[in-house]
Amino acid sequence: MYNSLQQWFRTGQPWIWLNAGAVTISLLLVIGLMGILLVRGLGHFWPAPLQLVTYTDPQGEELQLLGIRVERQQVTADQIRNAGLPVPPGVDLLQRQLIKVGNRDLYGLDFRWVLEYQLSNLHHPRHAVVIQRSEWGNFHGFIRGIQEGGLLIAEQQPDENRLWDEVQLRLQRVQLLQRKMRQLEQRDISAINHQLERLRLAERRMALRGQTDATRLAALQLERRNLQAEYQRLEQQLLAIHQPLARDSLLVQTADGQQLLLPFRNLVSIHQPNNLSLLQKIRLYLLNLWAFVSEGPREANTEGGIFPALFGTVMMVLIMSVMVAPMGVVAAIYLHEYARQNWLTRSIRIAVNNLAGVPSIVYGVFGLGFFVYFVGGGLDRIFFPEALPAPTFGTPGLLWASLTLALLTLPVVIVATEEGLSRIPRSVREGSLALGATQAETLWRVVLPMASPAMMTGVILAVARAAGEVAPLMLVGVVKLAPSLPVDLNAPYVHLERKFMHLGFHIYDVGFQSPNIEAARPLVYATALLLVLVILVLNLTAIALRNHLREKYRALDM
Amino acid sequence: MNKFSDTSSSSSRRPLHRQMPDITQEKVCIQVQDFSLFYGKVPALQQVNLDIPCQRVTAFIGPSGCGKSSLIRTFNRMNDLVENASHQGRILIDGEDIHARGVDVPDLRRRVGMVFQKPNPFPKSIYENVAYGLRVQGINNKRLLDETIEWALRSAALWDETRDRLHESALELSGGQQQRLVIARTIAVKPEILLLDEPASSLDPISTLKIEELIHELKNRFTIVIVTHNMQQAARVSDYTAFMYMGEVVEFDNTERLFTNPAHKQTEDYITGRYG
Repeated sequence: MYNSLQQWFRTGQPWIWLNAGAVTISLLLVIGLMGILLVRGLGHFWPAPLQLVTYTDPQGEELQLLGIRVERQQVTADQIRNAGLPVPPGVDLLQRQLIKVGNRDLYGLDFRWVLEYQLSNLHHPRHAVVIQRSEWGNFHGFIRGIQEGGLLIAEQQPDENRLWDEVQLRLQRVQLLQRKMRQLEQRDISAINHQLERLRLAERRMALRGQTDATRLAALQLERRNLQAEYQRLEQQLLAIHQPLARDSLLVQTADGQQLLLPFRNLVSIHQPNNLSLLQKIRLYLLNLWAFVSEGPREANTEGGIFPALFGTVMMVLIMSVMVAPMGVVAAIYLHEYARQNWLTRSIRIAVNNLAGVPSIVYGVFGLGFFVYFVGGGLDRIFFPEALPAPTFGTPGLLWASLTLALLTLPVVIVATEEGLSRIPRSVREGSLALGATQAETLWRVVLPMASPAMMTGVILAVARAAGEVAPLMLVGVVKLAPSLPVDLNAPYVHLERKFMHLGFHIYDVGFQSPNIEAARPLVYATALLLVLVILVLNLTAIALRNHLREKYRALDM
Repeated sequence: MNKFSDTSSSSSRRPLHRQMPDITQEKVCIQVQDFSLFYGKVPALQQVNLDIPCQRVTAFIGPSGCGKSSLIRTFNRMNDLVENASHQGRILIDGEDIHARGVDVPDLRRRVGMVFQKPNPFPKSIYENVAYGLRVQGINNKRLLDETIEWALRSAALWDETRDRLHESALELSGGQQQRLVIARTIAVKPEILLLDEPASSLDPISTLKIEELIHELKNRFTIVIVTHNMQQAARVSDYTAFMYMGEVVEFDNTERLFTNPAHKQTEDYITGRYG
């Protein structure tokens, strides 16, 4: 036996099995992770059916619950008994359900655990509605009527559907008005505010410099008066919209008979999930997904979309790449091509490699201390003294976050580029020199193009590391909710000093800082999925670019 | 080991190293005067004296490690790239010391072109490979480039094979074609001297033949110095031949004379295949 086992080892088979096993485990982990993210993240957006059940509570009172079943679990009877709830005799295992009942304004909680034996009379009312609201989460119930200007103009019974089309029409009207209002607020008024702030700073700058140019001051004031007049005009327009916006309200009724008046302006969308065909459901699903990716968050990030976070992440990674690539490449070229190889270059190389191992939060602290307070504070004193004490660059922001991450990923780019430079055959360099090219010309015309795939490899690794990094960002620019995107229509259009949102931090915030954990959980999965996809897309782009370069500058087979 | 022993021992033979072929009627292009080369402390060339005539093919032969490549690489100062290389003595090209201060090394290398042992085309198109040296000089005139490239490719006997695929990658060419491309690239900058460092050693016999024919064609226009370890090749292509051994030039003569009637026993032993 020993003999044969030894022989088996000598064939090398066990090592192949070991390797295959390791690969299998890695694959399973990746597939499992992606699977969980896909199922939990994407499942959330499917329009699940609304079920109406009668719930008999321990005191024997009956309650109508209209909601979506989120989860179903098996629990032991002991567990329930310990929680102080009655259990029917002779039962060891119980089923319980988590139902999203919505109506947080009425019930206090929008999720509810119930034991299945307490439920009876389950059915799916066709005309039950789910209303997404901008406040208090979703409403589950039935449409009873429409109010216009305080008067009830139409009414229906809960099992009727006469008003459905009318409700849709009025919702569209309100949404149109809201869009107009948003445009006024976010484009026109914001532009005027921006201009006014610019004027204020210009005046202050003059005051700081002790300039008392009367004509210029007068010009500034005239401009301000014009702007203020324009502002008044826009404000009037805005006010004029407010009234028609508040005109309509929807009279709704919950499953247990409470009636409620919902102003249309608070409604985001309204659906009858039990009254949808498969095709309509798919359409709604895709719309939900799109809304998630393209809209801003609502309700302390527990609802709505994640567009600002997506935008912030991509923007930060791109700026980081743009900064780290030249810095790293130049450093590597100097180290590899020009610097004399001695103990100093060797120790620099060791230092660079060690930088890659420094915990990222340390970079965060460094970024805050050096970039934000020292560099940013210095810039403020020199270039923006009129805005002080409000900081311009002396506060965490997109630029500093990108720079901090560029620093964090610099070693990766340097190491990869040096590796690439050392792989270029000596004969090609000599060929170029022998034709009368100088060292710099050789570098520029032959060596760098041939090393470009290696540089791209460095950037790929840098992007992969930077996109997933969260800890340092919390110190140098990421916030829970950024008031505006770092890119807008006000000159200079790109505002690198602004704070921004980030998918990684968003996951942490939604998952662990949220007041409504059950509502947030699917969003955590969906956001995580999106973050992984963003990293994947960024990486694939860089890999495609690298492969293109590799094909173009395929090294000689020597 | 003992077969080498007679070389280093006798200092009496040293004057004979200086024996020169009858080149008084030739114009001299490269003069090597008491030139020694060291890698660190290890001598690679010792007291070499040579006069290489213009518009002729001069071959360096000798066993591996005899210093023939080191010598040819000093002519365009490629040895500058070797760390801790140092030299004594002088090398004059057109009467000017190439190691003198203020010598423009890139310009020297343009005037003294070099083709290496293995084909080393750049990962660019055929056209751009030949244009490389010109572009480095700042010549970007399309018409001038086109003309020069056609001339260079024709001179390197590569035009007919590549005229339809000038913009394809040079790496798709065969080894022999690549080497001719490298020659075309080198003569495109119109050097005066062409150094060929075992140009055919990695090629098949047919490609080798083509390269040799090419050398014949080119010798009217360029001074050619070729290093080879193939004695038949040296005999076929060169006008003069230097036999080197252990960093010294043992014998330098008309190729015909050196191969038919060598003055030294060492040379005779080498060319008759007794060692090397």
